[in-house]
Amino acid sequence: MSVKIGEAPYNERITKGIENDFMREAVSSAQGRFRAGRLSQAEELGNWEDWRRLGEEIRTHTIENIDFYLQQLSDAVSNKGGNVYFAETAEEANHYIQNVVKKKNARKVVKAKSMVTEEIGLNKAIKDLGVEVVESDLGEWILQLDEEAPSHIVTPALHKNKEQIRDIFAKKRGYDKSDDPEELAAFARKELRKDFLSADVGITGCNFAIAESGAITLVTNEGNAEMVTTLPDTVITVMGMERIVPTWEEMEVLVSLLTRSAVGQKLTSYITTYGGARLEDEVDGPDDYHLVIVDNGRSKILGTEFQAALHCIRCASCINVCPVYRHVGGHAYNSIYPGPIGAVITPLLDGYDDHKELPYASSLCGACTEACPVKIPLHEMLIRHRQIIVERENKAPMTEKILMNGFAKWSSSPAAYKISTKLARPALIPWIKDEDMIENGPGPLKGWTDVRDFPAPSKKSFRAWFKERESEQHERSK
Amino acid sequence: MNVQNKESFLNNLADRLNRPRRTQGVARPDWSVYPQYEVFKGASQDELVEVLEKQCEAIHTDFIQTDQMELPIVLEETIRKYDGKSIIVSNDPRNEKYGLNRFYKNLDENVNVHIWDPELGKGNQVIAEQADVGITFSDITLAESATVTLFNNKNNGRSISLLPKTYIAIIPKSTLVPRMTQAANQIHEATLKGETVASYVSFISGPSNSADIEMNLIVGVHGPIKATYILVD
Repeated sequence: MSVKIGEAPYNERITKGIENDFMREAVSSAQGRFRAGRLSQAEELGNWEDWRRLGEEIRTHTIENIDFYLQQLSDAVSNKGGNVYFAETAEEANHYIQNVVKKKNARKVVKAKSMVTEEIGLNKAIKDLGVEVVESDLGEWILQLDEEAPSHIVTPALHKNKEQIRDIFAKKRGYDKSDDPEELAAFARKELRKDFLSADVGITGCNFAIAESGAITLVTNEGNAEMVTTLPDTVITVMGMERIVPTWEEMEVLVSLLTRSAVGQKLTSYITTYGGARLEDEVDGPDDYHLVIVDNGRSKILGTEFQAALHCIRCASCINVCPVYRHVGGHAYNSIYPGPIGAVITPLLDGYDDHKELPYASSLCGACTEACPVKIPLHEMLIRHRQIIVERENKAPMTEKILMNGFAKWSSSPAAYKISTKLARPALIPWIKDEDMIENGPGPLKGWTDVRDFPAPSKKSFRAWFKERESEQHERSK
Repeated sequence: MNVQNKESFLNNLADRLNRPRRTQGVARPDWSVYPQYEVFKGASQDELVEVLEKQCEAIHTDFIQTDQMELPIVLEETIRKYDGKSIIVSNDPRNEKYGLNRFYKNLDENVNVHIWDPELGKGNQVIAEQADVGITFSDITLAESATVTLFNNKNNGRSISLLPKTYIAIIPKSTLVPRMTQAANQIHEATLKGETVASYVSFISGPSNSADIEMNLIVGVHGPIKATYILVD
């Protein structure tokens, strides 16, 4: 089990992303809207930098004392009649959850959107028991029907258009209405309502666990997480171990940072806190509650120079400003965590072997670091990854090796350089978007331009210009 | 209850952090900034009402301001607007205080009103699922985000604000605070004193919605499709 999505190599994934016009446009427009939303919310507060500083301080303190706060959380949940399971690996987590599902003789499990359950491959583990798993977040449900992986951590089906969604509904669920988003959503509401009411077990992720009172905070808009935690008699929360805050007061600050950064909302429609078994005489909520706290490689990051990567609150604002993500889309990262944060944490969680290209999927422009609401130095971490890959692991990706070799040859021979710079401009014209930047270069350049906007060769190469100038002067002096 | 693998898991974290395990004595430091308390600092209740009303527009929620005398009339109009034939309401002591018990009894005989009844168990959920309108009081109201905070308990099931097609929140003006900060602070203080905070606290801002299809805002997904806030002076 891992965060990896598939086996296709980096170049193929990138090509697929770049050639998907709808996806690229959808991503680009989504980025624009997410970014505008975040900026206007930040501006409205007036002191956004203070908020970011507070966010950073809270996350730093909490992760430095993570053993203490997890113990406090665990005590509080068990005092409220809940079960707590600490899972070091994905396998342990899946095994525990499988046992709960089996013990309940469950036929159907309904889930609310959760990245960590994607990470550990929980759906497959449950399906292996012959139990049905239903994703209830609208975007996740669409992808589940179409058997595809998410491409964005906030809006997972961003790469699909409404016609495609209509066709999926028609093919998989006999939908016969239009591609109007409201009508599509109404259909999903009707279909999923049946699942909420008939599920034996509900499973959610966790945005922030509040240590002082053993409460799990979920941040959603659709109301599906509320259904999942209200209706089934057995509820399981799966949380990455770092998703924790000391008290309600820090939860509040981080939720404010999250909703503003993720979707440009002051708060989402539902901020829900739950945890533990329902109290006597209560009707809603589970009588059997389980909290599964997952390590799965996170503890390896503690005590290292990458510790701040665990501060991430999964808002995706780094993804929404990233020029590389804009071009290649989420699937190109081959990780359930795409974008700059994905490029930082995927190699940490899953090793460099399969993900050595990721730290190069960045222009190092620093937009991610600037957008991060808890001030994780993302682009600096990417540079550090590159150093480690090159120095310690000796695994510089082929694209960079070829480019460097090529460049070395290119620039070491004046004749070759003269020819190639002269040729470069006309050859690259089709890819020059703005006057001065090449966005998607051909051939070997492509590996680069996915990574950064490559400056276009000057219209007139220096040598050509100099030669011309000399002959002009020569003319004049005649 | 049942806690498994805790010691080995937490010991490993302490090892990774290159220090002994911390089991006590950790306190939150003083943060260098507290911007959350600056938002609408010193605003009067009336100013907060304005903020609330304006934000309601942004979250597609109808906003009505009234007083205790007029509340039944406004409520009846809103129920009619939602074509409410079946209604579920919380079993809240404020129903009596605001004269709503009598109002619910005297409503049109074609309108079915169910007051949440712990004795009925899961039957409450079945009724809520079929209901056109769910009605609750707000316990703390956040002006900035136009959010009603509900302390769900045995008399105020969370199904009421979740399962019906539409939702009406009655907001006593006295519950209005600037933002989520004040609500979190109140719950934190209660927790410190060892008081039982509700097993489930919902912060609800308008009807359910989604932007999962081509980033178009769809109002009304799994939870209520429409919502009205009635602020009572």
